[in-house]
Amino acid sequence: MKHLETSTGKWEMVIGLEVHAQVISNGKLFSAASTKFGVAPNENVSFVDAAFPGVLPVLNSFCVDQAIKTGLGLNGTINHISHFDRKNYFYADLPQGYQISQYKHPIISGGHVDIEDKNGETRKIRLERIHLEQDAGKSIHDQSPTKSYIDLNRAGVALMEIVTMPDLRSAEEVSAFVKKLRSILRYLKTCDGNMEEGNLRVDVNVSVHRPGTEYGTRVEVKNVNSIKFIMAAIGFEVERQIEMLESGGVVGQETRLFDPSSGKTILMRSKEDAQDYRYFPEPDLPPLVIEQSRIAEIRKTIPELPDAKTARFQRELGLPHYDASLIASEMEIADYYEAALAHLPVENTEIAKILANWTLGELFSLLNKDGKNISESNVSPQNLAELITLIKTNVISGKIAKDVLKIMWDTGKSASVTVEENGLRQITSVDNIEICLRSVLAEYPDKVAEYKAGKEKLFGFFVGQAMKKTQGKANPQLLNDILKKLFNEG
Amino acid sequence: MHTLSIYEARERLLEKKFSSTELTQCFLDRIRQYSHLNAFITLSEEQALESARKSDERIARGFSTGALDGIPLAIKDLFLTKGVRTTAGSKMLYNFIPPFESTVSQKLLDAGAVFLGKTNMDEFAMGSANITSYYGNVINPWSCGDKKLVPGGSSGGSAAAVAGHLCTAAIGSDTGGSVRQPAAFSGIVGLKPTYGRCSRYGMVAFGSSLDQAGPMTKTVRDAAIFLRVISGHDPKDSTSSRKPVPDFESFVGKTVEKIKIGLPKEYFLEGMSSEIEDAWQKGVDIMRDAGTEIVEISLPHAKYALPAYYIISPAEASANLARYDGLRYGFRAAGAKSLLEMYEKTREEGFGEEVKRRILVGTYVLSAGYYDAYYTKALQVRQLIKQDFREAFKQVDIIMTPTTPSSAFAIGEEPQDPVSMYLNDVLTVTANIAELPGISVPIGLDKLNRPLGLQFLAPQFREDLLIQNGYILEQNANFPTLKEII
Repeated sequence: MKHLETSTGKWEMVIGLEVHAQVISNGKLFSAASTKFGVAPNENVSFVDAAFPGVLPVLNSFCVDQAIKTGLGLNGTINHISHFDRKNYFYADLPQGYQISQYKHPIISGGHVDIEDKNGETRKIRLERIHLEQDAGKSIHDQSPTKSYIDLNRAGVALMEIVTMPDLRSAEEVSAFVKKLRSILRYLKTCDGNMEEGNLRVDVNVSVHRPGTEYGTRVEVKNVNSIKFIMAAIGFEVERQIEMLESGGVVGQETRLFDPSSGKTILMRSKEDAQDYRYFPEPDLPPLVIEQSRIAEIRKTIPELPDAKTARFQRELGLPHYDASLIASEMEIADYYEAALAHLPVENTEIAKILANWTLGELFSLLNKDGKNISESNVSPQNLAELITLIKTNVISGKIAKDVLKIMWDTGKSASVTVEENGLRQITSVDNIEICLRSVLAEYPDKVAEYKAGKEKLFGFFVGQAMKKTQGKANPQLLNDILKKLFNEG
Repeated sequence: MHTLSIYEARERLLEKKFSSTELTQCFLDRIRQYSHLNAFITLSEEQALESARKSDERIARGFSTGALDGIPLAIKDLFLTKGVRTTAGSKMLYNFIPPFESTVSQKLLDAGAVFLGKTNMDEFAMGSANITSYYGNVINPWSCGDKKLVPGGSSGGSAAAVAGHLCTAAIGSDTGGSVRQPAAFSGIVGLKPTYGRCSRYGMVAFGSSLDQAGPMTKTVRDAAIFLRVISGHDPKDSTSSRKPVPDFESFVGKTVEKIKIGLPKEYFLEGMSSEIEDAWQKGVDIMRDAGTEIVEISLPHAKYALPAYYIISPAEASANLARYDGLRYGFRAAGAKSLLEMYEKTREEGFGEEVKRRILVGTYVLSAGYYDAYYTKALQVRQLIKQDFREAFKQVDIIMTPTTPSSAFAIGEEPQDPVSMYLNDVLTVTANIAELPGISVPIGLDKLNRPLGLQFLAPQFREDLLIQNGYILEQNANFPTLKEII
């Protein structure tokens, strides 16, 4: 349990999340309209989405499959029978005047996501439920001083609301949870997890209390659409609540909005203004019944998830936990890494680690430079593996290899072709290196004298000069050995 | 030719005794002639004559296969008709021209029917006398003397159109009795199918767990023909049934010997007029003479059906009518300065008093703190009533009751408090609450020459029993056809 310490003593924070994850699906939850992002306003709107008189919702069974898959991936229980309910409220971007959601009987109960705390200990964050519901449209207020515009493209798109238990205890844990959740959803291909595009939205419930006392009153913070903002919102909110309590005040049960420009949370509505949503069973939809056979079929489609992959990389490849979990954090990275590894001798754990270093280091810096993700890499897994092979077989040095990779990135050519075309093959001929070194020593007689007088630091200078002469292609080990031999000789 | 049933008109059309165009024109003329009945909100004269012409071509070429080919129908203004204004009897939709066709009306079109126009109705189907319509009340064609009778509601326009021979048949909808009650008041046949038998897609929603489309016809045989056309699963309505649709007409004329008919003792209402009791007795005698066995049964929770109905249906309506906000279609009040004000003004001005009352009741019964006392309780009652019927149908095959507790009343003499008005539905709502099929068949006239109807209720998806028994009752009731509209 983490404590916050102020002048008046210790505090603990308790955090629970409500995550709205947009389901990857071509059609909306109750209509066949497209879910394509970035089209003209009101292009993806059916009569059902616009709530024309007499229309009826028809459940998109693919969205149900996606929810089942998510439930299985997050260790939840798939309920044999669940129900849809109407959540009633008026707003301009809610055409029906109610949202079809699942209230009393969600499709998934329970589940958990494992995260690591600072000490590397596993923390199990329990889920209360996951339910399916439809998204609202968008109200646009900033295009006219007198008018509001409504875009219903998003209206009716399927969301999974993933509700955690109040198990999180710090902003860092929340960050780790959201990252892990997003990683799993992306592995499952049930949600893109893109917070900027709004297809993963997080509401944060925060409270503070003195250790050993009951939990405090929780405040819900909405509109936190990046991990950075989530952490900022929690930081602000915890401080605000503690200050309020320490000055003898009471924390109200309220909903607040995070304002990214000020980093503060702003009161949206207090408990007194809380809406009565008048939930009741959706009469247009029969209960959702899910057979065991359907669950079994979907279970077969679940890939190895990040935790299992991390463990396997540690166990079978001897990778350190840090490398293993970083590679496993995205399926595309893991797939790239394993594809490259397939071209290398797998029994060699040293090579697995070298490949991890090259993937997470040099390749990632090239990807970041061009703003690409790994599946768009200019260097194929096979070509990266060949580069590693060239290093391991002393065809090139590790240092030259970095230049080789840059050229490969620009040209898309293989490692061996790049080395040959650019004459970057390492000089491994003893004679050639010795000739080179002798000429260096001949050029700097003063320095040779100083060295011999005991200034051993100059050894590196001679190595550097020789490297310069060979454009860095001399085998460093040979160069060292031969230089030592030359000095020993006299 | 205007008094002919679907069955008779269809025969004559195929025999080329007259054309669909002639029949259609005859009805269009009558609709104009008797426009004081106010049965129609919108006439679709051009489309009607065009459909009739196409139908005549099909008949001429011998390609006429549709069960309703060339038959002029009236469509309750609750069903969305593509390109033809659909108002649901409300100012809220005074200018709404649907971009698509309801499934039920599409099935009628596919069967070759000709649509004369859209019939008047209680606003959003909320009413039992067709006096809540924004487009004025409908007059029952049976009215005589200086008293104008109500046709019943909410499908009052459809009932008046059929009874007054302004069409061959009509489609109505029944949420708590809105097909059967006006059918009884107007001396015609009205059938409410099992919940799920017909698609609700494109029908303006009132009480989604109760609403069903239903035929309003001159004969039981017509109801059978009509019902077969509009029944069946619709992928656009998840509550529509996949049960096979039988040839209902084949049950016309089938013997009712050995059938057990239940008379629920709870339906002998206190204060029910002796004329209603006499009508019921007439029905019992007819059915007994036809060889059925009459058994008294008990539906102990039936008396709670009406209060449960007036909780469930407004609750659903309060959500269903939330979409009428002035934003996307229909009426929008002028002069609002904020979104909230626009909602308030639009809904204040766009909805009538009865609709507002039910939205308020529905909102109230779903509110935190009242939900369990009202809505949850009503759902429990609904289960008990279903259970009552399951038990009853172990003893009997079918149940017979009066359709209404009284005959049609005069406009202006209707009960002034809403609760007394709601009692009109007391005998019909149980079928909606229990999702059962029911049919109202004219049984006779009371002393004031006002029609009375008897109702059969059958187990789910046993509309065949309604046709079989209803036909026997109809054949022996000797109900007089309305000859003249005064």
